[in-house]
Amino acid sequence: MSSDSATRITPGNALRPEDIVAAGNKAPADVAEYALRLGDDSLILAQRLGWWISRAPELEEDVALGNIALDLLGHARSFLSYAGSASSRTEDDLAYWRREGEFRSAHLFEQPNGDFGRTIARQLVVSFYQYELYTALMSSTDSTLAAIAAKAVKEVDYHRDHSAQWVLRLAGGTEESRRRITRALELTWPYAGELFEDDELAVSLAAAGAAVLPSSLRERFDAGVGAVLSEAELEVPQVPAAPGGGRRGRHSEHLGYLLAEMQVLAREHPGASW
Amino acid sequence: MSLHTDASPGLQAVPAEAESVPDGAQAHFEQLLAEDSRIEPRDWMPEAYRKTLVRQISQHAHSEIIGMQPEANWITRAPSLKRKSILMAKVQDEAGHGLYLYSAAETLGTPREKMTEDLIAGKARYSSIFNYPTLSWADMGAIGWLVDGAAICNQVPLCRASYGPYGRAMVRVCKEESFHQRQGFEILLELANGTGAQRGMAQDAINRWYAPSLMMFGPPDDDSPNSKQSMAWNIKRFSNDELRSRFVGMIVEQVKVLGLTLPDDSIRFNEDKQQWEHGPLDWNEFKEVLAGRGPCNAQRLARRREAHEDGAWVREAAAAYAAKQAAAQKTEVA
Repeated sequence: MSSDSATRITPGNALRPEDIVAAGNKAPADVAEYALRLGDDSLILAQRLGWWISRAPELEEDVALGNIALDLLGHARSFLSYAGSASSRTEDDLAYWRREGEFRSAHLFEQPNGDFGRTIARQLVVSFYQYELYTALMSSTDSTLAAIAAKAVKEVDYHRDHSAQWVLRLAGGTEESRRRITRALELTWPYAGELFEDDELAVSLAAAGAAVLPSSLRERFDAGVGAVLSEAELEVPQVPAAPGGGRRGRHSEHLGYLLAEMQVLAREHPGASW
Repeated sequence: MSLHTDASPGLQAVPAEAESVPDGAQAHFEQLLAEDSRIEPRDWMPEAYRKTLVRQISQHAHSEIIGMQPEANWITRAPSLKRKSILMAKVQDEAGHGLYLYSAAETLGTPREKMTEDLIAGKARYSSIFNYPTLSWADMGAIGWLVDGAAICNQVPLCRASYGPYGRAMVRVCKEESFHQRQGFEILLELANGTGAQRGMAQDAINRWYAPSLMMFGPPDDDSPNSKQSMAWNIKRFSNDELRSRFVGMIVEQVKVLGLTLPDDSIRFNEDKQQWEHGPLDWNEFKEVLAGRGPCNAQRLARRREAHEDGAWVREAAAAYAAKQAAAQKTEVA
């Protein structure tokens, strides 16, 4: 990998999941539940994006999508390690041994890859959301969450650039690509709303300064994504929001299959280490 | 992430004109070889040398790209998040290697587009090893240890290959390959020290990958028609059998650390020849796989073709966008 890779870990700015475990900070139960949400979002999307490696439209894109998947997996491992500290569980206990209803990811992250346009539309929404989220979370009163966010935000900034550049190219490329990205945005947009929904946990943690209130991110998200769509001469899709429910463990039809594949080998060998 | 390759934009590939040899060019080429110096893209070179290199470098690039598939097969099922992360990074490195190598081949005047077309049309070759299936997680270990290990034995001498861009690309590739080999060995070590089922999985993987990895060095020396010329051109430095023997000597020691065995009772050190010897290999199987009749040949090519065809609209969009931007800039300047 080249030295300017976003995923390159160098001494000094490294924050590895192992470091979080070694630091031994035990997350309070409500913070752990919040960390689980963020960890699951990134884990499920990393699992989706990993599929593209060896299937992308260009070799450069195999590398780019692989890089993004790796970054997200890194964030997921950090959040899950911290979430697990509340109940003496490891990142792998949480990833491989929870049932579907125990996952706290929003529906957007589990949406199928579809064609490259669908993947890019999902990346656009996710990367602009996560950028605003982590920017705000850097000021968390919980030092572990703040540290994870500080590392993640730098990487997510690249993800924003990647998705925005592709939206411009697909929208301004050929008739076919414009048709596809327009449709992809329409299919993706219903799942954006769930990201900005407040609930009891988010409200109380945000009041305490540990978490970010989801609804507070909407304005900056709309402005950021709106600027990209406007430059691409695309409309913000006017489609009804999907019901969501991921934060309560209620998922779409897609998550079960994703988990079955992700967990199958680990579950064949209970107690084994790898 | 930007990939810096050795094909710097300043270097213009020499157009292929076999018939006109500039005065003294042949002598200069011979002299560079005699001095064990590098041939660079700007230098005159015999057409046969150029063709041999394009064939070898593009085959090597194709091997990296097709070689992503057997390992990508386990990314979604990797049994721990740490292993998933390492495997993703590894397969991503392979795409990077493919990119450096295509760039090195492009300095010889063959565009990547053409090499890709040849690959998906089934006209170009790639390493036969990638036509075997990855049936268990332990295959990720066996591929790292044996397949990447064999590749390193083959590739370290290529860092000194006479063609500059190739040699320099190989320096980068080898650094990453040696990391890949270590992580493969570590997977097997963990399995070998794990449960009975994990140990069985590891031994089974070694049994399946041992012979194909030995065959990666190519046919025996007396049946390798191109080797002699490649050695005369300082592209190849050691014979197939020399490298294979060296590899056997390495793994016969390493397998002891794993507490597992190689599926070959005939391995011994020949004191007279000062070489490691191994049991007979099924060269018929090698030829069958090479001829396209291996377990996964059709599957691997179909997948590459599908990715290429499914991505056509994206590449067309990027090209159209770039053309529009360039046209708009031109208008602005005017």
